[in-house]
Amino acid sequence: MSLGLETEYAIHTQGLTKSFGSHNAVNQVNLRVPSGSIFGFLGPNGSGKTTTIRMLLGLAAATSGEISLLGKSIPAECGDALPKVGALVEGPAFYPYLSGRANLTRFDSADRFANPHTRGARVDLALARVGLTQAANKKLHAYSLGMKQRLGIANALLQPRELLILDEPTNGLDPQGTREVRSLIRSLSAEGITIFISSHLLIEIEQICTHLAVMSAGEIVAQGSLEELAFSETLNLSLNTPDTQQALLVLQGIGIDAHLESDVIRAGIAHDLIAAGQIVQALTAAKVRVQGFTLLAPTLEDRFVLLTGEGFDVLR
Amino acid sequence: MFSADLFKGFKSLIQSELTVLFGRRRTWAMLVTISLIPIFLAIAVSLSGKTLPPGEGPPFLDRVSQNGLFVGFTAMILAIPLFLPLTIGVVAGDTIAGEANTGTLRYLLIAPVNRAKLLVAKFIGAAVFSVAATFILMITGIIVGAILFPIGPVTLLSGDVVSIPNALLRIFLVAIYVTISLLGLSVIGLFISTLTVIPVGAMASTVVVSTVSQILGSLPQIKVIHPFLPSYYWLGLADILRAPMDLTSMARNALLQLAYLTVFGAWAYSRFVSKDILS
Repeated sequence: MSLGLETEYAIHTQGLTKSFGSHNAVNQVNLRVPSGSIFGFLGPNGSGKTTTIRMLLGLAAATSGEISLLGKSIPAECGDALPKVGALVEGPAFYPYLSGRANLTRFDSADRFANPHTRGARVDLALARVGLTQAANKKLHAYSLGMKQRLGIANALLQPRELLILDEPTNGLDPQGTREVRSLIRSLSAEGITIFISSHLLIEIEQICTHLAVMSAGEIVAQGSLEELAFSETLNLSLNTPDTQQALLVLQGIGIDAHLESDVIRAGIAHDLIAAGQIVQALTAAKVRVQGFTLLAPTLEDRFVLLTGEGFDVLR
Repeated sequence: MFSADLFKGFKSLIQSELTVLFGRRRTWAMLVTISLIPIFLAIAVSLSGKTLPPGEGPPFLDRVSQNGLFVGFTAMILAIPLFLPLTIGVVAGDTIAGEANTGTLRYLLIAPVNRAKLLVAKFIGAAVFSVAATFILMITGIIVGAILFPIGPVTLLSGDVVSIPNALLRIFLVAIYVTISLLGLSVIGLFISTLTVIPVGAMASTVVVSTVSQILGSLPQIKVIHPFLPSYYWLGLADILRAPMDLTSMARNALLQLAYLTVFGAWAYSRFVSKDILS
């Protein structure tokens, strides 16, 4: 077994760049997607996520940079890598005049590694996995958006895969459907499949991901395991009290530079400066009536807003 | 082993291509419309009841009421300039642009299918459609001609009379001839289809190519370029109706269409293989 970069990362890009005219839609992206991870690929709409995915799958050529997908160089070795990759790219797309089953059969027929003798059984299994057995013979134009989304996921599951690339897989799904997709992703991950999942909504994927990358304006602004990203040097203090002047003095006394913000005292303090209990102890000792007190690390959301700036959908 | 695997996958792809093409209502609507050409023609001639003087109307029309075997020939000559190119435009123009438009192209490519193979499968689909179109027209012509008119030995253009089996063989050859004639246009349509994601645009452009080719072909001032026009031999099928049979135009036509196949096939390949699929 080789333990080189090829097997360590399911997806590995180096300086990946895509220009449209003078505009860099994707700029110097270095993705490191560990094998076996559930990797969240976050970014607002138009930040370059789908363009990156198109390059990963060999649909679009990179202007510069390198891609390794399951250890194969893309686009040169697309034919070797893609049979082991299932993908949903920029929403599902199907032949409206064919049934759900006929659509999957069509895509499976295009895969030259797909065994035609097991085709029917594999199509039925994939349909069952996303709960579409009942609708299998309906024409696609009778499918709802959520059903098309499920069929798109079924298409990614026609073969045993090593990697799933899912671009906004919960788009158009109701909360029940979203939960089902999440549990499907968890069970696929438990089978050892690496999952690369893009979203513009942090809450959609934060619960299931082990790793995250955040994209903004074509660049990766943060990347790592959830723990690495959640770790913060600064904690946010918030104190609710009628004795504001007294409280500010006490805090100053223990080395905290706080300020009053619409009747709430706030401060940012280093995570290893002082324990929460000691702060409250000091306050109550000085007869400050503490009505509410929190000392929290910023949430992932707070951090992503910092990273991606205004207009990031995560905040909305 | 490897090449056998390649072929196996390719067979599945072509089967799937034909299933999708001939599973569409649109395809059958066009084929049914094509079959209506000889039917209407035969009914019209049968109802008018009088014999036309030779030379009036399309070629062979005057012979239809005397011999039902001429229904197919006459209908074919009616369909060659406009209707057959129109249906080829629809099928060939839709090949890649139609898939790009629905977004299914990206799912085919990540299945993954080799882009060159997809082009070949698409071309085979268009070619099979041409075969279906020309043979449906001819066979409908024979059937409706046999119902409405007497059938007998056929008097050829050269004046010779040939037996019914001999005439049927010539009808078969005419259908082959027209199919070959349409291959060049099919590959032009395939090439245009790689340039856009709007199938209607590719379809219309393909029909425009066929029309322009025929207009240029009717201008004597530019006679020098005529032999290179894809439509140059389209109506040359009369040679099959002479005795002894003259297959020179058939061979020249095949050669010309092969040239178009090579040139536009190469263009379609070079264009498509490096194209960013952004739809």
